[in-house]
Amino acid sequence: MSQEVDGQKVDTRKRKFLIAATSAVGGVAVAGVAVPLVMSMMPSARAKAAGAPVEVDISKVEPGMLLTVEWRGKPVWVVNRTKEMLAQLSKNDPLLADPNSDMPQQPAYSKNATRSIKPEYLVVVGICTHLGCSPTYRREVGAADLGTDWPGGFFCPCHGSKFDLAARVFKGAPAPTNLVVPPHQYLSDAKLLIGVDMPKDHLQG
Amino acid sequence: MSALQKVMGWVDDRFPLTSTYKAHLSEYYAPKNFNFWYFFGSLALLVLVLQIVTGIFLTMNYKPDAELAFASVEYIMRDVDWGWLIRYMHSTGASMFFVVVYLHMFRGLMYGSYRKPRELIWIFGVLIYLALMAEAFLGYLLPWGQMSFWGAQVIVNLFAAVPFIGDDLSIWIRGDYVISDATLNRFFAFHVIALPLVLIALVAVHLVALHEVGSNNPDGVEIKKHKDPETHIPLDGIPFHPYYTVKDIVGVIVFLMVFSAILFFGPEMGGYFLEANNFVPADPLKTPPHIAPLWYFTPFYAILRAVPPMFGSQFPGVVAMGMSIVLLFFLPWLDRSKVKSIRYRGPIYKVMLALFIVSFIGLGYLGLLPSTPVATIFAQVFSVIYFLFFLLMPWYTSIDKTKPEPERVTG
Repeated sequence: MSQEVDGQKVDTRKRKFLIAATSAVGGVAVAGVAVPLVMSMMPSARAKAAGAPVEVDISKVEPGMLLTVEWRGKPVWVVNRTKEMLAQLSKNDPLLADPNSDMPQQPAYSKNATRSIKPEYLVVVGICTHLGCSPTYRREVGAADLGTDWPGGFFCPCHGSKFDLAARVFKGAPAPTNLVVPPHQYLSDAKLLIGVDMPKDHLQG
Repeated sequence: MSALQKVMGWVDDRFPLTSTYKAHLSEYYAPKNFNFWYFFGSLALLVLVLQIVTGIFLTMNYKPDAELAFASVEYIMRDVDWGWLIRYMHSTGASMFFVVVYLHMFRGLMYGSYRKPRELIWIFGVLIYLALMAEAFLGYLLPWGQMSFWGAQVIVNLFAAVPFIGDDLSIWIRGDYVISDATLNRFFAFHVIALPLVLIALVAVHLVALHEVGSNNPDGVEIKKHKDPETHIPLDGIPFHPYYTVKDIVGVIVFLMVFSAILFFGPEMGGYFLEANNFVPADPLKTPPHIAPLWYFTPFYAILRAVPPMFGSQFPGVVAMGMSIVLLFFLPWLDRSKVKSIRYRGPIYKVMLALFIVSFIGLGYLGLLPSTPVATIFAQVFSVIYFLFFLLMPWYTSIDKTKPEPERVTG
């Protein structure tokens, strides 16, 4: 196609093609430059290295007590649950949103009634699955502010989510899912390693 | 020709100084019936300048480093000469920015300032509001106090709720697996460079669009319909300078009196402008017992909390919160009324606007409180009213009985 512009014959199809080609090449250049800029905002090598596993001595955690350790900058709780606490867990089932831990919030070796490798030790990331606050440990049964039927567990002060002592969320809470069980393994009876999955051949009954 | 005229002539041959001055000030004709509500646009501009100037001086002593940030703010407050004044001007300015912007937006709602031909002015305005919210949120992390840290934790986790890409998205925003030094450093970059540039550009296009179509007024009638046949000046228009510059100076003085009263006698405003927990350094392992955002975000925070999780995800709440702001963009097309101003609207719009304001303030109040079952029900009712104000607008504005608009402004 050609038309008259200022008394000269102009090939407008060629013009349109050149405009489109220039825009496309320019667009590729912009996208190419944007990639390093955008990717520079991902965690740096140093930040990734800081995600190294942590070793915890759990021998000093008395029954009923909670130990907070820092892993990847997040609080990880280790709770030594008593016999009474463990007995209460199954009674909570009808009140829970996900009693059987069907949502992928834990490694396969923790997908059981106590959500743990060893029944008494709960290892869980202490960050609410709602909006990331850190819930408080409220072990006292029937606490005045949580109601006489409070079975003991975790309470998030930010938005009122409640979790039982297997860190399973109660129905009706703002948090959609159970708390996350991090990858972890036992190096010995007293040594816990957080951040590394349990080797498959060491699965304990 | 005087020396000054010669200089001006020299400049005008090279830069449109006189014509720009005339187009935007001395020969920009604004309706003669502006009232109290028309102070807040110029006041918002004043606060923007105040924030930029005080911000520049704060950066001279502030350290965007997780180890040093908290202490550097305390250093500014205690050891830098007049540092306390500059810091409190900046923190008070942030809240006062939202006060004037909310009143400015309410003015638009009352007088239909978003209606044709001012749709783009409104859209640029909503973008300014969004940029302002981002700017305030980013800035709040910088003192690296407990509320800075946990507030940022909650807001960045909103992005983690996005299906499929959420986790990667939130890691990309933080630059780490948790809010950390990397997050602080980039928030600083956005707060002091990127968003101020965006804000200034948006304010510029907001004003260019306004001066292209001319200001609305409390009667919601177009003054350009009746021009002097010879001069082509709107009969109901008066030059912005000197008439409205003088009027706005009165507003500025009263505003600065209020601003100074807060600045000198209650810079924390009982925890509403600066929260008590933010005087405690950030602790990633311990959440403060009660987290509430600053007052200007609480209406949206209340909407977020009012929506229960669905399908094992809290994304619906995040969507509701996002929609509550996105709806503002569509306002010019949702309103089907024959008239613009509340003066000539029928009873239905007046009731709806009143309900909307009550809900907005109610949500703002509930967003400050810890969540309880009763508070959640109230928040849900107010959220529904908030959305119905917009979603039912095409219907109720078209059936509403309006009064006839006057031909000319009524003074």
